[in-house]
Amino acid sequence: MSTRLGTGGSAIDRSRPVHFTFDGRRLAGLTGDTVASALLANGERVVGRSFKYHRPRGIVASGPEEPNALLGIGTGDRFEPNARATTTPLREGMALRSQNRWPSLAFDVGVVNAALSRFLPVGFYYKTFMWPRRFWESVYEPLIRQAAGLGRAPDAETRDPDRYEHFHLHVDVLVAGGGIAGLQSALAAGRAGAQVLLMEQSPHWGGRAQVDGVRIEGDPAAEWVARAVAELEAMPNVRLRLNATVVGAYDHGWMLAVEMPEPGPRERLWKIRARRTVMATGALERPLAFAGNDRPGVMLASAVRDNLMRYAVSPGDRTVLVTANDDGYRTAIALVEAGLSVPLVVDARPECNGPLPRRAREMGIRVAPGRAIAGVRWQRRITGVDVCLQAGEGSALEHVPCDAVAMAGGWSPAVHLWSHCGGRLRWDEATAAFRPDPQFPPTGADGQAAILPAGSADGHSRAVEVLASAHRAGVAGAAAAAHEGDAGQVVTAEEGAEAPALAVWRMPQSADHRLRAQTFLDFQNDVKLTDVELAAQEGYRSVEHAKRYTTLGMATDQGKLSNINGLAALSHTTGQAISAVGTTTFRPPYTPLTLATIAGQARGDLFQPVRRTPLHARHEALGAAWEPVGQWRRPYVYPKAGETVEDAVRREVLAVRSEVGILDATTLGKIIVKGPDAAQFLDMIYTGRPSTIAEGRCRYGLICNENGFLIDDGVVARLGPETWLCHTTTGGAERIHAHMEEWLQTEWWDWRVHVLNVTEQFGQIAVAGPLARNLLERLGGMDLSREALPFMHWTEGRLMDVPVRVFRISFSGELSFEIAAPAGRAGEIWDRLAQDATPYGTETMHVLRAEKGYIMIGDETDGTVIPQDLGLNWAIAKKKDDYIGKRGQMRLHMAGERWRLVGLLTPDGAVLPEGSLAVAQGTNANGQRRTQGRVTSAYWSPTLGRGIALGLVDRGPERMGETLSFLQPDGSEYRAEIVSPVFHDPEGERLNA
Amino acid sequence: MLTLRCPCCGVLADETELAPGGTAHLRREGPEASDEAFEAYMFLRDNPRGVHFERWRHAFGCGKWFHAARCTVTNEVFGTYPAQTAAPPEEVLEAIRRRRPEWER
Repeated sequence: MSTRLGTGGSAIDRSRPVHFTFDGRRLAGLTGDTVASALLANGERVVGRSFKYHRPRGIVASGPEEPNALLGIGTGDRFEPNARATTTPLREGMALRSQNRWPSLAFDVGVVNAALSRFLPVGFYYKTFMWPRRFWESVYEPLIRQAAGLGRAPDAETRDPDRYEHFHLHVDVLVAGGGIAGLQSALAAGRAGAQVLLMEQSPHWGGRAQVDGVRIEGDPAAEWVARAVAELEAMPNVRLRLNATVVGAYDHGWMLAVEMPEPGPRERLWKIRARRTVMATGALERPLAFAGNDRPGVMLASAVRDNLMRYAVSPGDRTVLVTANDDGYRTAIALVEAGLSVPLVVDARPECNGPLPRRAREMGIRVAPGRAIAGVRWQRRITGVDVCLQAGEGSALEHVPCDAVAMAGGWSPAVHLWSHCGGRLRWDEATAAFRPDPQFPPTGADGQAAILPAGSADGHSRAVEVLASAHRAGVAGAAAAAHEGDAGQVVTAEEGAEAPALAVWRMPQSADHRLRAQTFLDFQNDVKLTDVELAAQEGYRSVEHAKRYTTLGMATDQGKLSNINGLAALSHTTGQAISAVGTTTFRPPYTPLTLATIAGQARGDLFQPVRRTPLHARHEALGAAWEPVGQWRRPYVYPKAGETVEDAVRREVLAVRSEVGILDATTLGKIIVKGPDAAQFLDMIYTGRPSTIAEGRCRYGLICNENGFLIDDGVVARLGPETWLCHTTTGGAERIHAHMEEWLQTEWWDWRVHVLNVTEQFGQIAVAGPLARNLLERLGGMDLSREALPFMHWTEGRLMDVPVRVFRISFSGELSFEIAAPAGRAGEIWDRLAQDATPYGTETMHVLRAEKGYIMIGDETDGTVIPQDLGLNWAIAKKKDDYIGKRGQMRLHMAGERWRLVGLLTPDGAVLPEGSLAVAQGTNANGQRRTQGRVTSAYWSPTLGRGIALGLVDRGPERMGETLSFLQPDGSEYRAEIVSPVFHDPEGERLNA
Repeated sequence: MLTLRCPCCGVLADETELAPGGTAHLRREGPEASDEAFEAYMFLRDNPRGVHFERWRHAFGCGKWFHAARCTVTNEVFGTYPAQTAAPPEEVLEAIRRRRPEWER
């Protein structure tokens, strides 16, 4: 049984108990505990079930590399799945739930998978679910989806009540990791004068040095750490953050970090631009590969030591240590010093006579050299281990009763940040680890190394080397930002000497198949030694392929523990050296990010900026239904009490056709083009000739891209000798403004033209309907008679004493005016008009324009349509030498058999489904039915009392009267006759009224 | 995420402030162009492994277009310069040669 010891524990406060529940049971821990240490202190060794075989699993590690102890934490709105127990601080009242088990942790139905494991080989999904094909959707996929995933996602209807925020910061030197290396780097960089940010993922400074008994400058590491932190806190140019993990390295020194501030928002995402980053991220201890290494109670030796020293938690009364290096002995020594029993140290090395093994022996600990673990005996808890020869096949020599196992497989530098942005690794035989390759660092904008490795992350294991490399990195980081102050001296350190470690990739050396099939490499994804071997046999010899086939290292821990052991297994099976096998690519983030952290405050009202017209409040008061158009909110329709949307559209359309309606047209883009060369510039931008528009007149214009395709349309008004006002579509204002700027700045930079987007400076109101002029004349102030202001003219004046421009233009086919007033005063005019006119929304506007056969950018165009397809040849100045898109439109396939604009009418007046395809005879090269056209817009027309549609049809205008068949996905068919696209007032009498 | 110095306003801009504009120094082909020349202008681009001249707009800053010389392998930036030019300025070419002696235009 794991338990809390009566004394010790550097991180806990015994006077302040913390109460929590685990699967409903009430337990108590101490202030300073992690969730993991509190569970262990309560004897809870089984904390979850594994992903595939549902084997009981316990806590293995003491940091972010923990693969098993993922819990659901909290309830209701604050429930969070897959929280790592080892990095989550214990809080009063916490409700913890184990995951991936049903119905209970102790008895789990899914464990049947383990009995079936022979039939669930690696690549099982790929092999089994290939056939029969029709089973995929109905049987396999639902089953897999139900079985997949570890924790349960929070209820979709809940809303996270906590606050999350983003921080932005520029620094000279970011130091990732607050162990002795990180502290020394920060000291060196800070003393030299650099702006430094030092981040440590845990709540403690100093890392492992204090747990490992290192002495620095003659004192225990803890004392040096306290002095270093005090000096750093006193520096105004240094920021320190605990509980903050640097999770990603990106281009040009852009770094991501996640902080769990205390107090503050729940999580904080740091977006850091660092000139240099010191990677002082330490190293991760590797598990050893022996049969039964996944049993709850088998832990990393370093984690056993951490729990003992920091939280006074023992993993068990009798702990067997299995190791291949001297470092592991520190755990055995610490356990015995704490009064616990270590019945045996199993050391794979034939000789183990270094200072630490010697000291262990002197303390009376029995050491068995050249030995391995042949199996872990398990009866709902560990009862003992069988010991065999490391050199053999696994015949048990002796049985040693115990209730916990500590494994020390050597250390892998945490090189993730180095790899995130392209740094290469080299395999170092001496330390049996991948180390950062200084020849190929990740580089920044200046082409120099952006990340400087330090300490054990750089492969150093002795404290004196760790501190020296950290000092160098700190000095180099500061120098890169031209801070060359006195960085102080390299500090000295002492610790016990260590004999060489042995790289042990499997235990025992020639373990038989039965043992290898119980030897786990990836605890979270249940990948065994035999799985990697099978993958290699089946031809997955590349590390990237083997990874995906076996899912090794693809769980939420991203293979922090399993990576190297998996590579070694692949190397052994394929007979290649590990350096030749290489490693998979580490990708950000180092630890998982919650979606809420990524979202930050960008949710709800703050999700994106909303653009409101000056008339927004009036629409709201009228009960408008909103349509998002880009970031604008436009009234879609104004339903009255008891009206459906369809009713309201019908009422609004008929009001415009028979009386008068008003539309908020503010969102239409308004771009001023001005200058001595504005005329020739506009003649290049538009397909027509805006240069020939007379002052006081308006003209419809088309804008194409260089490919010849139509990208925007709108009315251009000439304001003065050198000034034009270009109206664009609602979505086009920013885009067309940018388009004009691009051509002006990058092609015709010597033309004297200014372009200004004044869309938001004006409130614009369309007044449309037979009574429009009558209504406007009642406002007083301007002569808007047919003679004074004919169709396609504009004028300036004052309406109700508000300065306005009035454009006599129409998008509805009715007598229509558009009034542009200063944004702040448009409301006065709207209020007066609304007394006598019917407000109408964008849906009504669409029906009106479709009845008239007017095109809509984005409906009738899709980026492959040229103006000629839409019958707009009249808006193209054919004799003009050049305009943007002219050469594109001269290509062969832009003429001849193209889909062109027509009207479509069903015989019974039904509305054609938008997007329907007209089928033709025969099939194409892919065996699909040929098509000859599609419906681009379709509405119920209240004016005509029937459905109408616009569409693009192959040679459409030449085929008037033909009937097309529009097949639907459900097999039904619509038939429609090709007609003129102008359904209403083809002569334009109402327009010109 | 890249940072580029806008030669117009002098700001060291984050990529989020910038809009990319593809290859720099293309010559526009108008109505007289042959099919081949127009195709090359519209569609055919080099995809060099190494030095690349490219267009950027300081879209959420001063709004100006500029050019950058960047290594597509390492993202090293050799220099940025205003877009109102048909060829890279000599000091940018020199900076490239200093860092990539083997490079040829």
